Amino acid sequence: MFNSIRYSVKQAFVQVFRNRAMSLASMFSITAMLLILGLFFVIMVNIGVGIEKAKTEFDSVSAYLEDTTTYEEAQTMILQLSGMNEVTEVYYLDKDTAMAQWKAQEWQDNAYLLDGLVENPLPNSIEVKVSELEDADRVVEVLNTFSGIKQVKYYKETVDKLVKITDSLKVGMLIIMAFLVIVSVVVVSNTVKLTVFARQKEIEIMKYVGATNWFIRGPFLTEGILIGILSAGVSVGITALVYKKVIDMLSLDMSMILGSPMVSVGFMTSNLVWIFIALGVSIGAWGSIVSMRRFLDT
Amino acid sequence: MAPAVKIRGEYMIVFENVTKNYNTNVGLDNVSVKIDKGDFVFLVGPSGAGKSTFIKLILKEIDADGGSIKVNGKEITSLSNRQIPKLRRSTGIVFQDFRLLPKKTVFENVAFAMEIIHQSPRQIRRQVPMVLSLVGISNKASKYPSELSAGEQQRVAIARAIVNNPTVLIADEPTGNLDPDTAWEIMRLLEQINRRGTTIVMVTHAKDIVDRMKKRVIAIEKGRIVRDEAGEYRHHDDRSLNYRGAYPITEGGTMHV
Repeated sequence: MFNSIRYSVKQAFVQVFRNRAMSLASMFSITAMLLILGLFFVIMVNIGVGIEKAKTEFDSVSAYLEDTTTYEEAQTMILQLSGMNEVTEVYYLDKDTAMAQWKAQEWQDNAYLLDGLVENPLPNSIEVKVSELEDADRVVEVLNTFSGIKQVKYYKETVDKLVKITDSLKVGMLIIMAFLVIVSVVVVSNTVKLTVFARQKEIEIMKYVGATNWFIRGPFLTEGILIGILSAGVSVGITALVYKKVIDMLSLDMSMILGSPMVSVGFMTSNLVWIFIALGVSIGAWGSIVSMRRFLDT
Repeated sequence: MAPAVKIRGEYMIVFENVTKNYNTNVGLDNVSVKIDKGDFVFLVGPSGAGKSTFIKLILKEIDADGGSIKVNGKEITSLSNRQIPKLRRSTGIVFQDFRLLPKKTVFENVAFAMEIIHQSPRQIRRQVPMVLSLVGISNKASKYPSELSAGEQQRVAIARAIVNNPTVLIADEPTGNLDPDTAWEIMRLLEQINRRGTTIVMVTHAKDIVDRMKKRVIAIEKGRIVRDEAGEYRHHDDRSLNYRGAYPITEGGTMHV
């Protein structure tokens, strides 16, 4: 067992070196595929993190009250809402406080522009915080049974839409990935096939002397795996480098758009390494097994 | 020449009613034959008569359509693909065109056969020089096949075939590419290997070699055994005809002398 593993590894290195050009071609195709995968992965992880963040931030429901609704009426509503399990916090926000908050959060230095308003256009409202964004529907149902509410506003629909978009994005990426994997396997298997072809005589002799199919496959399999690992290494390096550049350039802008900072280079690469190695190795191994099938059926 | 160490009554290869057809062509037609352990047998006949089929069946490169084939007491017709390597390890093979690996040295060509059966580098370093000296090319161990004469290349091929101590050595026209003198050197080497106890089945077209070796001769034609007779010994199943000191040329047969 040990003797054959050593034999395989030795042979694989010799073969990769002897067929430098073809090995490089295989490596390029696997690397290209892994880089595209890496791009998808980076985007998906960042969007995913953004969505999780959004879910926790948009966990509130605002019920805008009619001007005719009195404070006391509002208080009975609040009392009823606070009895619900889904509700973590509920409070009354009068229009003056709302205006003050709005000025401070959105308008900031230009807040004086709002001072010209004759009448405060903002309504009084009831603000409800829910434990889970998914629970917001129940709260909205209850709110809709109350009279004296002008409009109920919450972000679930927006977040739902976002989740839906990213889900279909994921499916699309998986399909593209599957194609890329198949293309890579074909390219690798053709490379290995060439080396197998060059060594057909050797394989025939090996069979006559009594080599098992796995013994014959060993070196070629190891060759494929070796190419896979090398490609994974190169891909991780390139992805990490590019991602770091992107973070340095975009991080601030992105955190404004996504409402969350971008995922760190360290976290990204430490995950990508394993995905790349697993994919690179299986493509390499698969490719060589596919290419040898024809030569080994005894 | 001293007679080979033949063990009568114990068979290395037994064919019983073996039939093999290729589409419409007959490969072997209901062939039954027994080859003693330790024997040296010539397989002769015109091209396409079924000699190659015979050998391919022993190596289980192809499967018989019917009948039973036993090698060293083991039925091989029922072997699974996974068991074939084991069969081949007990069967050495030498070809007319040597089939050496051009990018490996003589030593590596022989060592290769040992690597395949998972021998350790130490065993290889011990065994290969021994076999090389047995076939008489110790001094060429580090040469490449292209640097050797045809006879020397065939010696390397024989070394590779016997390095794992096979019980049967199959030689498929081993002298076909050699001049007469070199051919005789190879024959003497094969006889020497035979005397160590290895059963040898040799396919050949060389009339003078068959005549002078005076071994059992099995002649195949159109898939049937048409003659099975011995030189100096009476064959066990005593089906032998009078040996007239010459192998009669079968119709359409190609004969190299």
